[in-house]
Amino acid sequence: MTEKTALDRLMAAGRTDAAQKGFPRVAVEVDGWREMIGALAAGELDLLSLWGEPGTVHAAVLDGGRVAVLSLDCPDGKFPSVGARHAPAIRFERALADLYGLVAKDAKDTRPWLDHGRWEMRHPLANAPATGEASAPYPFLAVDGEHLHQIPVGPVHAGIIEPGHFRFTANGETVARLEVRLGYAHKGIAGLMRGQDLAGAAHLAGHVSGDSTVAYAIAFARAAEAALGIEAPARAHWLRALMAEIERLANHFGDIGAICNDASFSIMHAHCAVLRESLLRFADTHFGHRLMMGAVVPGGVGVDLAADGGRQLLGLAAQIKGRFAQLTELYDNAASLLDRTVGTGLLKPELARRFAAGGFVGRASGRDFDARRDLPYPPYDRLGFAVPTLSEGDVNARVWIRIREAEASLNLIEEIVAQLPDGNPLTALPTPGSVAEGLAVVEGFRGEVLVWLRLGADGRVAECHLRDPSALQWPLLEAAIEGNIVADFPLCNKSFNCSYSGHDL
Amino acid sequence: MRRLILEALTNPPLTEALPQDETLARLATELDQATKARLGRSLSIRQVDAGSCNGCELEIHALSNPYYDLERFGLRFVASPRHADVLLVTGPVTRNMKEALERTYNATPAPKWVVAAGDCARDGGCFAGSYAVAGGVGAVIPVDLHIPGCPPSPVAMLRGLLALMQSFDAAKAGE
Repeated sequence: MTEKTALDRLMAAGRTDAAQKGFPRVAVEVDGWREMIGALAAGELDLLSLWGEPGTVHAAVLDGGRVAVLSLDCPDGKFPSVGARHAPAIRFERALADLYGLVAKDAKDTRPWLDHGRWEMRHPLANAPATGEASAPYPFLAVDGEHLHQIPVGPVHAGIIEPGHFRFTANGETVARLEVRLGYAHKGIAGLMRGQDLAGAAHLAGHVSGDSTVAYAIAFARAAEAALGIEAPARAHWLRALMAEIERLANHFGDIGAICNDASFSIMHAHCAVLRESLLRFADTHFGHRLMMGAVVPGGVGVDLAADGGRQLLGLAAQIKGRFAQLTELYDNAASLLDRTVGTGLLKPELARRFAAGGFVGRASGRDFDARRDLPYPPYDRLGFAVPTLSEGDVNARVWIRIREAEASLNLIEEIVAQLPDGNPLTALPTPGSVAEGLAVVEGFRGEVLVWLRLGADGRVAECHLRDPSALQWPLLEAAIEGNIVADFPLCNKSFNCSYSGHDL
Repeated sequence: MRRLILEALTNPPLTEALPQDETLARLATELDQATKARLGRSLSIRQVDAGSCNGCELEIHALSNPYYDLERFGLRFVASPRHADVLLVTGPVTRNMKEALERTYNATPAPKWVVAAGDCARDGGCFAGSYAVAGGVGAVIPVDLHIPGCPPSPVAMLRGLLALMQSFDAAKAGE
């Protein structure tokens, strides 16, 4: 018999909620919660997310290839702080306090996070929201030392990017500290979700982060299908994967080009943008939308691929392969470009592991995790693909992970088209009849998207939590930039390419 | 690199030849004339994301790719509202971004125009009614033109900018 892991012990001691399907949810007492904190701090478990509802906090944890949700009732609105011992939880806890008024006891950082004092109410998702308070100046962390100066940037930036504030403290050209302030794109999606039917909720989920609309739509659909106890038709699984790989490719091409552009190497940017555009045009023609918004729905997919579409996609993939090989060679041989990317923005593997950083951020710093392989869902359980990892952790490594992943996605597209099963890609949705919960984790282009969903007996959304991979990657950007020059920040930021909207929700 | 550059020299440009695409061709010609008439050959655009899902930003980026190549019409994105003639605003305006948007508008010298891009920018779209959303762009600053779409395609954005130019001409004729 193998030794019991921390997760086994926690699950045995808690009470498993029968309403939840997909991955288990276990109600724990304060002791169990504390034991979980210990296991997180010791690195035995990874924290995937921390969220709440009135009177309860939930933590999604990862133990190798298993995910579980641990829930703690806190009728008095207080719970032992996870962030006090496991730093990745700090911003989740600050958001919990802002949205629900749930307080993490002994938390070290109690500053507001999403609440900028502009909502005309406090604790908007609590049972009884409080009246709003005038906004107070946000206290940035103090940096002491001689010859230091601050550079405030944002929320409106010089480029075409999302809103966020970056507070640099620099010593000459060198960044001594970067502190990021987010929440500007907070739209209150968790609140809007309540009471929606599945179609309305799926639409919202598809607009959490536009660049990952397919990944969110699949994650939401899988959570809903788990809750309803149904399985999407086989053809839907394969079409979803096809769209997910097209989305991954389009974003990776966009990112690779944009990173090079931030090092003033615009020829890569122009060529990569052409590859991206060719995929978007294919998606528009065959899936009805350039970003494939609305194509994946609970129960399957809403748009089928015509017989001719597969053949055309194979032709496009072959063409892209040839052109991308040339661009890879160009990147690898441009000494002036590599001079900017190699050794820049180092993220230590230890930090990537502690924060359970997903996607290229984690994999470029040695964290060998990909939900498609490690929490397999159809059709990836029947597909062979390589998950590239590197340990250098610099901008260059994050570029190379994207290059290798793009190559793998092009191969996957060929495999998927070859094996695409026939049949109707959409199945009808039953009404649950009683409260039902589902959890799903789906690999998007920047890491794993997590969706937890509770449906009422009428099939409407009671609670929904969506967690973007960026939530665990943003804090690492602050660590990676330290000691770099201010002028390299755009390069580092683009190599992370965290979602603002996905983080702020 | 040498091979890529040689290819670029010998291959025809990707930028879509105007006569090949009727819509774009018509748009491009009219846009070009309208821009010249009003502002010589230059219109500077400052993009502001007031809380979008980033879908609109992806398509605004696409405007600069070799297929659409916005700059050939004298339209360009600038880094500061102080250099801008047009604010291109996306997203529902979140309450957390309201003041930043107002300040950006106030920092833009007159004459100035505001183009709201995307369905959310009209009335908040699927985010309308949230405690965290102030509404569409028009709820915060005066909007001259709205470009529908979720997100608007690059061609729709071009079409929208053209419509703005035509409104300049109409205003001029009425002076």
